[in-house]
Amino acid sequence: MSDIVLQFENVAASYNGAIAALHGISLTLRAGEFAALLGANGAGKTTLLKAASNLLPAERGRITAGQILFRGQDVTRATPDDHIRKGLVPVLEGRRLFKSLTIEENLITGAVAKGRSRAAVAADLEKVYAIFPRLKDRRTSVAGLTSGGEQQMAAIGRGLMADPQVFLLDEPSMGLAPLVVAEIFEALSALNRTTGLTLLVAEQNSAIALRHAHHATVIENGRSVLDGPAADLAQRADIQASYLGGPTPLHPVRS
Amino acid sequence: MDWFAFLFFIEVTIGGLLSGVMYALVAIGFVLIYKTSGVLNFAQGAMVLFAALTFVSLTEQGLPFLAALAITAAVMALLGLTIERAVLRPLANRSPMTLFMATLGLAYVIEGAAQLIWGTAVHRLDLGISNEPFILGGIFISTFDLIAALIAGVMVAALTAFFRFTRTGLAFRAVADDQFAALAVGLRLDRIWAAVWTAAGVVALVAGLLWGARLGVQFALSLVVLKALPVLVLGGFDSVLGAIVAGLLIGATEKLAEVYIGPVFGGGIEGWFAYAVALIVLLVRPTGLFGQKLVERY
Repeated sequence: MSDIVLQFENVAASYNGAIAALHGISLTLRAGEFAALLGANGAGKTTLLKAASNLLPAERGRITAGQILFRGQDVTRATPDDHIRKGLVPVLEGRRLFKSLTIEENLITGAVAKGRSRAAVAADLEKVYAIFPRLKDRRTSVAGLTSGGEQQMAAIGRGLMADPQVFLLDEPSMGLAPLVVAEIFEALSALNRTTGLTLLVAEQNSAIALRHAHHATVIENGRSVLDGPAADLAQRADIQASYLGGPTPLHPVRS
Repeated sequence: MDWFAFLFFIEVTIGGLLSGVMYALVAIGFVLIYKTSGVLNFAQGAMVLFAALTFVSLTEQGLPFLAALAITAAVMALLGLTIERAVLRPLANRSPMTLFMATLGLAYVIEGAAQLIWGTAVHRLDLGISNEPFILGGIFISTFDLIAALIAGVMVAALTAFFRFTRTGLAFRAVADDQFAALAVGLRLDRIWAAVWTAAGVVALVAGLLWGARLGVQFALSLVVLKALPVLVLGGFDSVLGAIVAGLLIGATEKLAEVYIGPVFGGGIEGWFAYAVALIVLLVRPTGLFGQKLVERY
């Protein structure tokens, strides 16, 4: 089908040529879709997203079988910056802001790959500040000294500065308060609705991801085990119990 | 302390500060590369020697000053690019020790190449700067050292402005902060490293000319790295400002120690005193005076 933008076909991957992280994951992402990639710690979500942006070689990993196609092209044939110029933009797990740079400088680094003019960058900054007004107040703060929520917003903003068509986000909810998580997912949903931005969001927080996503894929131990409309998956209690850690315990244990 | 002793003290301090600038000049070359790629480039001293030898040989062939300067700058940029391309890129993602050993080997290759091409004779390098000291309020100040310090100052100001106000400078700082994130944001690491090695080559040229004019252009010029190491330990390996402040501190304390404490040891402490200072700093502040502390909230 022509509207498929990103396709994972039986992808297997390993690090250092020895440590296997993925054992065959298939997933199809269509233009304009908000898709969720669900799974517990160590399921392979992060590896899969890094593989899509061809970031594995930088961590001595590689795709060992199957392939990932971005608009029909094998992703391993282009460099990470090529992918960004073509609109495939990753937001890494754990924010990974440049801690010694200010929030605004962090945002600008997102626009460098595209080599846009200063005027275009200034206009895009305003767009990001409109989505996350808190960042505007913190624009001159050193990123390492801002709160986790502000850092996550800045990390997403940095990705938006590259003008993505397909946005790959790795655990935007990590370590954040529920209200902040809700704010971030609302913003992502709004972007998806108003601009048609295609989203693939890896999450452990399945409740919030399934509430906003159209489609979800569950992976476990490096394999895709379930796939379907988010609304259907949200209904099935057995999924929650077997793959996503079950209902919230009374005394949550933090890992 | 009587008046003459005081003047003498000031004179020694100023002399020390000015030679400290010369140390900082070499140290900055290290900082540029270490900051952006985490490589301690031991070959920086060999690059200093290579630059000075190339320049002096070109002027001895009768080339005018500016032409020789331009050609040497181009050669140094090319050398930096070649090193990045041929040695460091294939070793990307290896351990810091592997990279350090590679640059150590590189230092010998460059020194050997320099002498193979230009010969082993000692050359005199005259930059046309007067060596006459001038007297200010009863204090002798070396004109050469003062002008060298000015040149170093201009270079540092230019580098600082570059890091602060240009996009490439921003990309440099981003890569220095988090290499993997920089890659994921779409910054071209290979281009940035190429630019940084080029810049280090040009810094080596400036250091090579000033040190060469001071000591004569000879093999021992590559040993200025040994002057830069304590400066780096004291200032932090990743701070340009640290390199300058530490250079000044070490230059001044070294000279003062030589003059005032030296006689107790029978003299000759200038050579090792900086290392003693660096050692003490390592015990108290392992990242140096200005080394990057983690900017993080808890």
